[in-house]
Amino acid sequence: MPAFSCAFPGCRRDLLVIVLVVFVGIGLPIEASAPAYQSHGTEGSHLTNITNTKKAFPVLAVNYEHVRKPFEIALWILLALLMKLGFHLIPRLSAVVPESCLLIVVGLLVGGLIKVIGEEPPVLDSQLFFLCLLPPIILDAGYFLPIRPFTENVGTILVFAVIGTLWNAFFMGGLLYALCQIESVGLSGVDLLACLLFGSIVSAVDPVAVLAVFEEIHINELVHILVFGESLLNDAVTVVLYNLFEEFSKVGTVTVLDVFLGVVCFFVVSLGGVLVGAIYGFLAAFTSRFTSHTRVIEPLFVFLYSYMAYLSSEMFHLSGIMALIACGVVMRPYVEANISHKSYTTIKYFLKMWSSVSETLIFIFLGVSTVAGPHAWNWTFVITTVILCLVSRVLGVIGLTFIINKFRIVKLTKKDQFIVAYGGLRGAIAFSLGYLLSNSHQMRNLFLTAIITVIFFTVFVQGMTIRPLVELLAVKKKKESKPSINEEIHTEFLDHLLTGVEGVCGHYGHYHWKEKLNRFNKTYVKRWLIAGENFKEPELIAFYRKMELKQAIMMVESGQLPSVLPSTISMQNIQPRAIPRVSKKREEEIRRILRANLQNNKQKMRSRSYSRHTLFDADEEDDVSEVRLRKTKMEMERRVSVMERRMSHYLTVPANRESPRPGVRRVRFESDNQVFSADSFPTVHFEQPSPPSTPDAVSLEEEVPKRPSLKADIEGPRGNASDNHQGELDYQRLARCLSDPGPNKDKEDDDPFMSC
Amino acid sequence: MGASQSAGTEHEFQDLADRTGFSLEQIGNINKRFRQLSNNEETLSREDLASIPALDNNPIRAQIINAFFDKRNLHQNETGTVQEIGFEEFLMVMTHFRPAAMGLTEEERENLRREKLRFLFNMHDTDSDGTINLEEYRRVVEELLSKAGTIGQETAKAIADAAMLEVASTTRGKMEPDEFYEGITFENFLQILNTFDIETRMHVRFLHMDTATLRCGKSK
Repeated sequence: MPAFSCAFPGCRRDLLVIVLVVFVGIGLPIEASAPAYQSHGTEGSHLTNITNTKKAFPVLAVNYEHVRKPFEIALWILLALLMKLGFHLIPRLSAVVPESCLLIVVGLLVGGLIKVIGEEPPVLDSQLFFLCLLPPIILDAGYFLPIRPFTENVGTILVFAVIGTLWNAFFMGGLLYALCQIESVGLSGVDLLACLLFGSIVSAVDPVAVLAVFEEIHINELVHILVFGESLLNDAVTVVLYNLFEEFSKVGTVTVLDVFLGVVCFFVVSLGGVLVGAIYGFLAAFTSRFTSHTRVIEPLFVFLYSYMAYLSSEMFHLSGIMALIACGVVMRPYVEANISHKSYTTIKYFLKMWSSVSETLIFIFLGVSTVAGPHAWNWTFVITTVILCLVSRVLGVIGLTFIINKFRIVKLTKKDQFIVAYGGLRGAIAFSLGYLLSNSHQMRNLFLTAIITVIFFTVFVQGMTIRPLVELLAVKKKKESKPSINEEIHTEFLDHLLTGVEGVCGHYGHYHWKEKLNRFNKTYVKRWLIAGENFKEPELIAFYRKMELKQAIMMVESGQLPSVLPSTISMQNIQPRAIPRVSKKREEEIRRILRANLQNNKQKMRSRSYSRHTLFDADEEDDVSEVRLRKTKMEMERRVSVMERRMSHYLTVPANRESPRPGVRRVRFESDNQVFSADSFPTVHFEQPSPPSTPDAVSLEEEVPKRPSLKADIEGPRGNASDNHQGELDYQRLARCLSDPGPNKDKEDDDPFMSC
Repeated sequence: MGASQSAGTEHEFQDLADRTGFSLEQIGNINKRFRQLSNNEETLSREDLASIPALDNNPIRAQIINAFFDKRNLHQNETGTVQEIGFEEFLMVMTHFRPAAMGLTEEERENLRREKLRFLFNMHDTDSDGTINLEEYRRVVEELLSKAGTIGQETAKAIADAAMLEVASTTRGKMEPDEFYEGITFENFLQILNTFDIETRMHVRFLHMDTATLRCGKSK
């Protein structure tokens, strides 16, 4: 397309924006006049029924009614996504204004346009919201919930969620009622229960809004998990309060028994929701144990079980959000141990995609509903609501933090408190709950208006200003740290150390119980829920493998780029930082083989240059690398007496499939010259892992889950003869492998390999 | 110190409290525990610690026990190990697990970090030469994975090597072909665990140690 051959990016961007605008322009009239088509369609069929005379065969006919519903849905989603696309094309705008604000503005515009055209803009249907739009967002949040910070702070989070929300609801409800009593306001018809109902609706921090805004400010982990966790866990409180007051306001009176039942209800709702979620989570984990032959549908199990958990708990009026979170958290460790890497990627991306679409749609609909919805404006009420929201939030946070800090090791500083208070955004959940209010409430419109105003205020004002405030106050940002194997080792080490010291102290504390849970998990639960032998795999190893794989894939995906840097620096060889680390394990094996056969002095052996070499393609797993190792071992043995340089040259070839630069390759392995073995160092004899199938193309393509890799038996240097033959065989297999490689076909260089 | 059988004198405890920063109550509790572990003797030996049932399932049991008898952890500038420790030494080791107090200055916080990381470092550096070389690090990882069966054994080496590589790259950057990375020095160790919130993570709560019933009513 000529459009995309523009020389500079700005040109392309402008063209895309124009395209978007055109789309919007076309899309809106279609949607808005959809009802008009409906009548058309029925008329047409009616006519043909009556006349029944011979007409010309309709070559081209329009039957919009046939596709109306899916068409409209698709069109809305498409518009939402195009809008999202559009924002990111205008970097200046997206840097200042959070996406949620822009989307609401778009919704307002769309709603306004529809109204101008003369149609009735659609309102955010509560059922649509709660059953279709909200679950993906919550599942995404729950599945990827960072467990460690969450569990470390769960006490604080619960206090904020439960007590904080209760405080907000009653404070606001009470004061608003007091306000309504004042004659001049003219709202004397509003009774206490209605006000409390309103308070309970508007007091809950909304996860969608929080996610949308906090995602962009990259605040430090602690504050993030506090606000976010609170927004998730306060759902139970909201549900109970809402139902409670809704029931009461119908009846009109409250007794002590009712209050007591309310408290009981709260526990039932929250714990019940968690239980339902956990059950479905275990079911999902158990199912995933058997999916090794049907990898394609694995992601669906995750989604469906979670959705079922949500629906089941909603059915019983339990907290659907908590069920979703519990389901995601419970099933994640087991499912991830069972499913293939591709399925994991699929799950991740689908969740992100759906939650992104949902979020966009929610905000746009909020805007549209604002234009559409029935409004009753009362200055005093609305303004007071907004002010009270802020005040109660701030007071609540400060008061609770004061109490909480007595029990916390890591105290919450004033800055943290400020962000927690300021980040208490309200969102679509409040609106939907308000919309669900039956029309018998005479104040419904007023409430809706007030809710929308609060939402707008928090999202626009607080959402837009939180970023500069974070900068201004120099609040600690999220540490951008790559997963480090050292940290992982020490995390585990520290856990064991602290458990041990607690044992010495005779103290059955936090770590002791955590250890007990882990052991229970390992011996009983994992056995049932994790396929194959993987359940024995300790966390550290799983982490290590994951990291390797990730880096290998990253290395492969980024193609040339990483090799550019190292090529210049690696002239010096020992370039520990040269390339993103990949398969150190493999390179260690190779080095060990070298050492075993090139006997030299022990001191130099330790100078195992900590150099990095890319060894193999991302998707290959143990088979190919093993085979290659055997091959190299065989080669080495053949050339043991020959100059090492020649040998290392050989070894460069398999190592550098990703970076086909001859210069680099040759040089890179010079370091191995110095890697000499000590006689005391045992050879490592590699066996093929079971099944001893040929590591041909099929197994390459197939997802090899984290199987225990090379079972290296330590034995003396022997078996050369047999190895040779084995090596030949492997070589051929390897050749076959590489002739039909995995995803990296274009990048790899077959020839140098074949030349071996 | 603490020569009498009865729970030490107030004066001694006060002195210890001043030096270590524990409260009198905490010291009293720790003392009770000490008495219990050592069967009311004056000193604690390795066997006493080894007989604690709670340590049975711990993969790094041996290192933990050794840490108590390591002179370097006793705030004395010596190296080597002792065979038995008295209450004061026991307390000294415990000071490494005090939580960070509120309102510490940057310097104090940094000192606390160093102290705790020093403890960890000493646990790894078994030959007391000031560096953790590859062998020692390997042993650390092997011990960690020792409960994991054969799978753990093989990959332990690889993991340790990978970790060593990471340290080398983070701290040294570039190295010449014939250069040799001796091992992780304490400064390197500080550097790689820079983002590790050790001062907040490495603590045990010492209050409410109900040693009489061997349970501590501690809630987190």
